Amino acid sequence: MAEPAALSDAGAPGAGLAVSLRGVTKVYDNGVAALGPLDLDVRKGEFVSLLGPSGCGKSTALRLIAGLSAPTAGSVGVSRPAGAQGAGHSIGFVFQEPTLMPWASVRENVRLPLKLSDAPAAQAAVRVSAALTQVGLADFADAYPRELSGGMKMRVSLARALVTDPDILLMDEPFAALDEITRFRLNNDLLALWRSLRKTIIFVTHSVFESVYLSQRVIVMSARPGRIGAEFHIDAPEPRAEEFRTSAAYAGYCRQVSGALAPSYQGQSA
Amino acid sequence: MNALPSPPVAAGQANVGSRPLLLLRILLPVMVLAAGIAAWELVVRLNDIKPYVLPAPSVVFQTLVSDWPVLSRSLLTTLLTTLEGFLAAAFGGIALALLFNQSKWLEYSLFPYAVILQVTPVIAIAPLLLIYLPQQVAVVACAWIVAFFPVLSNTTLGLNSVDRNLAGLFQLYGASRMQTLRYLKLPAALPYILGGVRIAGGLSLIGAVVAEIAAGSAGAGSGLAYRIAESGYRLNIPRMFAALLLLSAAGIVIYAALALTSHLVLRRWHESALGKDN
Repeated sequence: MAEPAALSDAGAPGAGLAVSLRGVTKVYDNGVAALGPLDLDVRKGEFVSLLGPSGCGKSTALRLIAGLSAPTAGSVGVSRPAGAQGAGHSIGFVFQEPTLMPWASVRENVRLPLKLSDAPAAQAAVRVSAALTQVGLADFADAYPRELSGGMKMRVSLARALVTDPDILLMDEPFAALDEITRFRLNNDLLALWRSLRKTIIFVTHSVFESVYLSQRVIVMSARPGRIGAEFHIDAPEPRAEEFRTSAAYAGYCRQVSGALAPSYQGQSA
Repeated sequence: MNALPSPPVAAGQANVGSRPLLLLRILLPVMVLAAGIAAWELVVRLNDIKPYVLPAPSVVFQTLVSDWPVLSRSLLTTLLTTLEGFLAAAFGGIALALLFNQSKWLEYSLFPYAVILQVTPVIAIAPLLLIYLPQQVAVVACAWIVAFFPVLSNTTLGLNSVDRNLAGLFQLYGASRMQTLRYLKLPAALPYILGGVRIAGGLSLIGAVVAEIAAGSAGAGSGLAYRIAESGYRLNIPRMFAALLLLSAAGIVIYAALALTSHLVLRRWHESALGKDN
């Protein structure tokens, strides 16, 4: 397992930026160039989607931002609140799978980040219930992961990411394994959460529709090595809801984004 | 969630399809046992076989009752040896696996010897141990040698089977080595550890018996295996059977106790302890 990447030497991103990548590349030990060079700025409070085919390095980019792996070259800057200590406490990460501890109850799973930072128990309990309420699982605190549906597990995972009250939420195809109905509902809930909490969210997905629906900015990536192919600002009025999903504007954005995505999967055997 | 009818599950698992099936699964082996004993008794009686050739089950049972003072003392001795060997194996195996997990150097240096100790037949090691160690220590050492390896290898497997994303999560939140071990690796390894411990229970009984037979010395502190050997020399065949019966009962009880422990510990979350339709 790689040691946590040192972020301090990367220099803090400029004012108003939450994340700033400069010339970041990642080459794996087996010689595969997965990413870059990549330049990316994400403003504080922004909802950005990284969209691209499998293997375009979007998950790698997320792991680099999270400090779960170190860049081969370039710098990764992540803003951190004044007085923050330890690595990554201003970052919440939601994996593609719920990644829950099967031996622990929902409450214990959500409490984990606080337990690892030795937060006082009383304070932790309050924050855990607050996080569970935010994702609508207050009644399931004592359930075990196996007793929950896929969508509910994902909500637990989201609550766990929110419990430390991070500034930045990194989400790695969190809803990819869910059925469409559940996914739509979680999309709406996530948007509602973002509107109320105004966290910076970087959302990795391979769904054009999901990225356009959720984000203020969609970044289309091309594969091998992953680079930014195109960028779209989705200037739809807020709050977005089901009407937006069926609007002409939404369809238009989706067409544009799909068009930009096309070169990256053409010539690739699906 | 699962709408399919649950197929019959293997022995030792919690959920059995339905009540009649459960009854059948208890009743059938009991009937086989009863039929076997009846046939045995019948063969011995009809052919008038002498007890020193083949004792009837009734004679074995009588011996069990009449020799109980001797046999119970031996049973206690063997059980104590087994328990000591088992505890040493369980704690030693887990501790060694934890050490190996923390230091690759240690693992590479020592693991081959753990394997060698495991693959060398303990019956061949026992006489040597008896030369260099006091008898009681040697017997426990034999029980330990056979029993610790499954615990070691299962625990190692378990510690290495941690979900990668969960490990990443712990890294993200800056978990210390101790925290990762305590909150992630040990719980994740628990089902494997319990599996190893379950095997170790039966093996430590085998180890104790092997060592007792190899020791073969008389004295008040002699275990059941020694009783079997001694009764063999004296052609006290009914007592051999009685002692054997006790040994196998002890093995069954040890296995059942460990299986139950494992089930109770894992019942809230692990697949092995859950019904198929949950």
